[in-house]
Amino acid sequence: MNKKQNISDKLKAFFIEIGELSYFSGRFFKEAFKRPFELKELLRQCYNMGNKSLLLVLITGFIIGLVLTLQTRPTLMEFGAVSWMPSMVGISIVREIGPMITALVCAGRIGSGIGAELGSMRVTEQIDAMEVSGTNPFKYLVVTRVLAVTLMIPLLVIVGDAVGLYGSYLVENLKGNVSFQLYFNQVFDSIVYGDIIPATIKSFFFGFAIGIVGCFKGYYCEKGTEGVGKAANSAVVFSSLFLFVIDFIAVFVTDIFYDL
Amino acid sequence: MKSKKNTTNQSIKPQEKEIVLELKNLRKSFGNNHVLNGFNLKLYQGENLVIMGKSGSGKSVMIKCLVGLMEADSGTISVMHKDITKLDQQALDILRADIGFLFQGSALYDSMTVRENLEFPLRRHTKKFGEHVNTEKLVVGALKNVGLESAIDLMPSELSGGMKRRVALARTLILQPKIILYDEPTSGLDPITAKEIIILMQDIQKKYNTSSLIITHDVDCARVIAESMILLIDGTNYAEGSFAELSASNDPKVKAFFKQ
Repeated sequence: MNKKQNISDKLKAFFIEIGELSYFSGRFFKEAFKRPFELKELLRQCYNMGNKSLLLVLITGFIIGLVLTLQTRPTLMEFGAVSWMPSMVGISIVREIGPMITALVCAGRIGSGIGAELGSMRVTEQIDAMEVSGTNPFKYLVVTRVLAVTLMIPLLVIVGDAVGLYGSYLVENLKGNVSFQLYFNQVFDSIVYGDIIPATIKSFFFGFAIGIVGCFKGYYCEKGTEGVGKAANSAVVFSSLFLFVIDFIAVFVTDIFYDL
Repeated sequence: MKSKKNTTNQSIKPQEKEIVLELKNLRKSFGNNHVLNGFNLKLYQGENLVIMGKSGSGKSVMIKCLVGLMEADSGTISVMHKDITKLDQQALDILRADIGFLFQGSALYDSMTVRENLEFPLRRHTKKFGEHVNTEKLVVGALKNVGLESAIDLMPSELSGGMKRRVALARTLILQPKIILYDEPTSGLDPITAKEIIILMQDIQKKYNTSSLIITHDVDCARVIAESMILLIDGTNYAEGSFAELSASNDPKVKAFFKQ
């Protein structure tokens, strides 16, 4: 009985949180189009998030490209299909691996950062101080951060895709003596708009999910340092979970369009 | 002293003085916890009113209701003859320019320098000083008032606790408010720094003729600064009067405060 009660309480809390997050997202859209626009803060956040995540995205993208090629090469060789490597890696990275890995890395880097920053601002009454001084803290802190992540993730995905493909090319060049031009000709021959457009749209949604979850967790952080830790941690957990859900929906919807 | 048993405080508050802040029958509950249970308060122009109460007695809740950071369950909150519960957001923001709020933990914005911290409240209230407001002059002037001109380009993390409180006070003063709300202004400070802050509060009151509402546990602070006092017990005004009157009281609950 106790276990059942416990599970039902947890489910209830989960659905309440989803409801609150939906309301929070609704408030974001309401406030985003209202004056005054915090353009300076938006640009500052774009710079912070883009610039500070760039190195991480470059390293992970490059390693993923290397590893993917190294792992796949023996299997393709077994079937005599190693010439398909650039096409296979290109499509995998552009459609799925690039956006997903970049978004997951950014969920850890940016999502936790937003959760911790807003959480500590809440705990130390900085958000209250902002409100008392006549500035709408939701607009200044939440709208700017969510917009910045939504805009920056697609750009980081493009960078991540590029270095991932370059990493894959390096392996092919070392192991199979494939030239740069040949490798990338094959990559671009096999990629169509149907691969790029859904992946780009998906990246915007990934960015929005990371931003809104991070802000939600930080903005309503519980009091105390433990609350800040929890906010940062749950921002990463929830946004990563949302990324997979969004990815599933995106693949499902894209599949419907392909069938049409 | 005015308490449940005694009500003669007419001499302290001359009828000809203007009431700048008034709370009538304020109630606020969190579930079954009735924090404010019909609390009343009148703050006169140029007066220093101290509110004392135990931790968790609802002092901070009351002060947050007063500036619209929290919504009271019932009762009226009148600031400069305007019922803040009936104001829209824009009108409330304009009114907030006349209310300074010194937060318990200073609440300086971590990511901004002292200069930016002081400039922040000016962003939304330039109209108060005219179109061609000299921000630099205002910032330097406010810092001079608290004796910290040299800290203008420092980050809050580079300041001591006492310096942070002074900068927060300068930020509160920059909009030249008519009412200043102090939430535990001396908490967490050593006795010497606490004394300096109290002297600073007195200087400001004399210089700008502001009305001050001070929430504190600190009996020494109350002794020096209070022109009148309210003891907040069980969510109500348990006792009112001057420091001398209250400290001489035989009521055991009142006595307990002054024995600290």
